[in-house]
Amino acid sequence: MKSIDRNMPNLTLSRKLWQMNWSLILLILLVASIGFAMLYSAANGNMRPWASAQMMRFGVGFVIMIGIALVDIRIWLRYAYVIYGLTLVLLLGVEFAGVIKGGAKRWIELGFFRIQPSEFIKIALVLALARYFHRLNVEEISRPTVLIAPLLLVGVPFALVLRQPDLGTGLLILMGGGAVFFAAGVRLWKFALVVVAGAIAVPVGWTFLHGYQKERILTFLTPERDPLGAGYHILQSKIALGSGGMFGRGFMGGTQSHLSFLPEKQTDFIFTMLAEEFGLVGGLGLLGLYTLLCLYGVAIALRSSNHFGRLVAIGVTFTFFLFVFINIAMVMGLLPVVGLPLPLISYGGTAMLTVMAGFGLVICVYIHRDIRIARNGEGL
Amino acid sequence: MSTEKPREKIFSRRAAMLTGGQLVLFAGLGARMYYLQVVQSDRYRTLAEENRINLRLLAPPRGYITDRFGAPMAINVQNYRIVIIREQIDDVDATLARLESLLEPGSFDHDRVLRDIKRRRAFVPVTVRENLSWNEVSRLEVNAPNLPGVSIDVGLSRYYPQGEVASHVMGYVAAVSEKDLTGDPVLELPGFRIGKRGIERYFDSALRGKAGNSQVEVNAFGRVIRELRRDEGQPGSEIALTIDSELQTIVSDRLAEEHSAAAVIMDAHNGDILSMVSSPGFNPNAFSEGLSGDEWRKLVRDPYVPLTNKAIAGQYPPGSTYKIVVALAALEAGIDPDHRVFCRGFTKLGNRQFHCWKKHGHGHVDIRDAIRESCDVYFYDVALKLGVDRIAEMAKRMGLGERFEFELSEEKSGLIPTKAWKRAVYGQPWHKGETLIAAIGQGFVLATPLQLAVMTARLVNGGKAVKPRLIATPPLESSEVDIPVNSPFADIGVSASARQIVMEALDQVVNHQRGTARKSRIKDPAMAMGGKTGTSQVRRISMAEREGGVRKNAEKPWRERDHALFVGYAPVNAPQYVVSVIVEHGGGGSTSAAPIASVLLEEAQRRNSGRRGEAGRLAETGKPAKASPL
Repeated sequence: MKSIDRNMPNLTLSRKLWQMNWSLILLILLVASIGFAMLYSAANGNMRPWASAQMMRFGVGFVIMIGIALVDIRIWLRYAYVIYGLTLVLLLGVEFAGVIKGGAKRWIELGFFRIQPSEFIKIALVLALARYFHRLNVEEISRPTVLIAPLLLVGVPFALVLRQPDLGTGLLILMGGGAVFFAAGVRLWKFALVVVAGAIAVPVGWTFLHGYQKERILTFLTPERDPLGAGYHILQSKIALGSGGMFGRGFMGGTQSHLSFLPEKQTDFIFTMLAEEFGLVGGLGLLGLYTLLCLYGVAIALRSSNHFGRLVAIGVTFTFFLFVFINIAMVMGLLPVVGLPLPLISYGGTAMLTVMAGFGLVICVYIHRDIRIARNGEGL
Repeated sequence: MSTEKPREKIFSRRAAMLTGGQLVLFAGLGARMYYLQVVQSDRYRTLAEENRINLRLLAPPRGYITDRFGAPMAINVQNYRIVIIREQIDDVDATLARLESLLEPGSFDHDRVLRDIKRRRAFVPVTVRENLSWNEVSRLEVNAPNLPGVSIDVGLSRYYPQGEVASHVMGYVAAVSEKDLTGDPVLELPGFRIGKRGIERYFDSALRGKAGNSQVEVNAFGRVIRELRRDEGQPGSEIALTIDSELQTIVSDRLAEEHSAAAVIMDAHNGDILSMVSSPGFNPNAFSEGLSGDEWRKLVRDPYVPLTNKAIAGQYPPGSTYKIVVALAALEAGIDPDHRVFCRGFTKLGNRQFHCWKKHGHGHVDIRDAIRESCDVYFYDVALKLGVDRIAEMAKRMGLGERFEFELSEEKSGLIPTKAWKRAVYGQPWHKGETLIAAIGQGFVLATPLQLAVMTARLVNGGKAVKPRLIATPPLESSEVDIPVNSPFADIGVSASARQIVMEALDQVVNHQRGTARKSRIKDPAMAMGGKTGTSQVRRISMAEREGGVRKNAEKPWRERDHALFVGYAPVNAPQYVVSVIVEHGGGGSTSAAPIASVLLEEAQRRNSGRRGEAGRLAETGKPAKASPL
C-alpha cells in the first residue's frame, strides 16, 4: 500500500478544482448570504456598517478557504505541529501583550488589524490532534500513557484561554478536542472518567471563576433574578424569539431588534433577530442548513481514505457544530450567555476566518480523499 | 492495511455516534424554538409590544371659567417656551451664549439649564425658558437658522384676564405638589397645573377634563420612533359663575382705595353672588407662571393678608349690624314694637356701666328709633329680656355662625355664642354682661361679610333661607356637587310683621333725617337703599380712656382703629340686591363702609345683572320678576 502512496502523483491544480466539493461551497455561500441579509437588516436597511464589511471578510475568507483546500493534505499533516505551535505562541502573546476589550484580554494587535488567537487555536488543535492520532493504531490508543501528550495539547490552550478569561472558547476547545479523542477511538470509560473528574472539579473550579462568569451562570439558571441587569439579554432575546411566532414579523420588521431591546443583535444574538423576523420557519430553515453542513462534514470524513483527513474533517465539523449549537442554545436561554458567535452569520472577522479556514481543511480532505498516508508519515 | 481497517471501523462507528448526538441536540434546539415561537408566542408577543409601545399622556386643556354673561374670567393662553435638544447641538455653550444675547439678560438660569442637559438623555428636550414675550419669540424665529437644536414649543397656561380683580373667587392653579397626587397619571405630567384655591380648586376635577394619550413606539433607550395612535382626551368643562365680572371690577376698584376691605353683592332671592371682593388681592397669573420664593414670601408677610379671602374667611365682630338679629329676636319673642326705653348714654348692670355710643343718650327710643340711630342702650334692655340663647337662635336662622358649604372651601363659620357654648369652651357660666355686649355684636360674636350679606338677604327676601352660590350652571361632569338650582329655599320662620318693622327701620337708617347712614343714601327714589351701619371695636375701651375722652379713630394707629361695616339692600320697595361691606380698621360704619355700599348697590341696580338673561331662573325660584326700577 505504501508503494501506492508513494507512486500516486500529486494532483494537478485543475484536477483539484474539479475534485472540489462545490455543493458544500455553495451551501457555505448560502448561509453566509443569510448572514449578510441579517446584517443589512440589523443596520436598519443599510450595508454599512456591518454587511459590507462582512462581505469583504467573507471574500478574504473565501480565498483563504480555497487556498487551504488546494494545498496538499500531506503538507498540512507535516506542518500540523508547527501551525499549532505558532498559534500557541500567539495565544501566549495575548497573555503578555494582549488588548483588553470588554473586560477580557482576547485580542492581539498585529499592525493594522487585530486578531483573536483563541479562535485560530480551535483549528490548529484539531490539526495537531489529528496528526497525533494519525500515527497510533488501535492497540496503542488503548494505552493510557499515549494520551498524556494530546491531553497537554488540549490542556495548555484551554488554560490560556480560561485565563483571558473566555469560558465559552475554553469549553469549545475542550469539547472540540474531546471529539477528536472520541473519533480516534479512545475508550468510552476514559471519557466517563473525565466527566466524573469534571463533576468533582466544578465546585473547585467555581471558586476560580471570575465574578462576571459566576454571574452569567447564575443568570442563566434564573434569568428573572435580575431582569434589568445581566438577565436582560436572555429575557429580551426570548421575547424577540417568541414574538416572531411561526412566520416572523417580516424582514426588517423585528421590533425587538430594531428598537435596540435586543442586545448585540449583529453579533452573538443575530440568530434571535433572524428568528424574530422570519419566525419558526426561518429559524428551522437555518438550522436545517447547518445540519446539512455538519452532515457534509461527516460524510467527507467517512469518505476519506486517510486517518488524518478523517480526524481533521470530523474535528472541524464538530467544532463548527459546537459553535452553532452553543450559540443558538444560548440565545434561546438553554445555556449561559458565554459569548460565542453564530458561525458564518455573526459579524466578526476572526471567527469568520476561522470557520472559513476550517471548511478549507474539510474541502482539502475531500479533494485528497483517495490519498492514503502511512501511519509513520511516510509518503509525504 | 491490518492497522487501517479496525481503526477505520472504530472511526466510522464513533463518527456515527457523534453525528447522532449532533442531530439529537439540533432537534432539541428545534423543539425549543417551537416552544418559544409557537407555544409561548402570544405571551412573548405581548411582552414585545409592552417593550415597544409607550403610552404618553396628553394634558387636556383646562375648562374656561366665565362670568354670568359668558365673559371670560379664566382662559388658557399659549405659552411659548424655548427648548433645546442636546443631540442636535454641536456646541452647547455657544448656543446658550447666543440665546442669552437674544433674550433679556438674566432671563434664564444658565447653570440649571446645563444641569438639566447633563441629566437628561441627549434627545430629550430641555426647557430653557418659559413665557416668552412676542418680542422674544419673533427675535428667536428670525435667528432660527443660527440656532440649530433650539426650538420654540407651545404649551397652554392659565390666564386670568381680570388679573387680581376676582383673585379670591377664582383662586389659582399651580404645580402639583406631592400631596396632591391621587394616582391620576395626568398629575405627573411635567408642567401640569391644578386648582389650588377658590373655584379652580373646588371644580378642579371638572375643569381638568380627561387626559388623552398617544401611543408611541419607543426604542430601548426611550426615544420616540413614531406615533401609533392618538386619543385627544376630553377638554375640561366650562364653568359659568354667578359673578358679574364688570361689577366685580367696579367693586374691586372701589375697595382698592382702602387699606384692607371686603364686600359681597348678592341676589337676595336666589343667592347668586354677583360680586365678591377681598382687597388687596393677588395676581393669580403669577401663580400659573410659577411664583418665586421672594414673591411668595412677600404675599405671605403682607400685613393686609392679600392671600386671604376676607369676604368669607375674615371673621369680624359684626357690631351694630347684629342689631338686626337682636331686633328680630325681640319682635318674635313678643316684645311690643312700641316698647320704649330711655337712653341716658349708658346702662348699669350690677356695678358695671355699659355705654351707648352716644355719650349723652338718645332719650326715649322705640325699636325703630333704636335701629335707625343704633342706640345701644335699647338693645341692652331687650337683650336682657331675651337672654343670649334666644338671640343666638335667631342668628342661626339668619345664616350666622355656620358655614354655607358652598363653592369656596376657605369659608369660616364665624361664632354665635350661647351659654352652652361658653360652658363647653371655657368651662365657665355665662355672664349677663356678656349678653349686653353680644347684643351690640361685640365680644364673642363673629361673622363673615358673606354671612352678614346672607343675613340681610333673608330679612328682605320674604324670609327665605337663601344660600349663597357662585355657580350658575353646574358642570355636567361633577356629580359630587349638587346645587339645587330651582328648589325654593325653606322659610326661616320669622313673621312678616317683624321683618316689616325691621326693614322700615333699615329704610330709616339711610333715608331718615336722623339715620346713621343718611349721608350715603341713594338719591334716586327708585333705587333707594336700606341698611345698617356697624362699627366694631378691635380692642376694649378702658375706663381711663373713656374718662380722658374717647379718641377719634383718625387719631389712632391703623391697627387700633375700629372696623367699619355696613349691610344694605336695594331697592327698598322691592329688594333685589343685598350688599355687605367691611373696611378693616376703617373707623365708623357710617363714614367708611356705608358710602361704599351705596355706590355698590347703585351700580348693581344700574347694571341690573341679576335680571338680565336670568329671568327664566328667577321665575322658577318663585319670585315674580318685578318691573325694572330703571
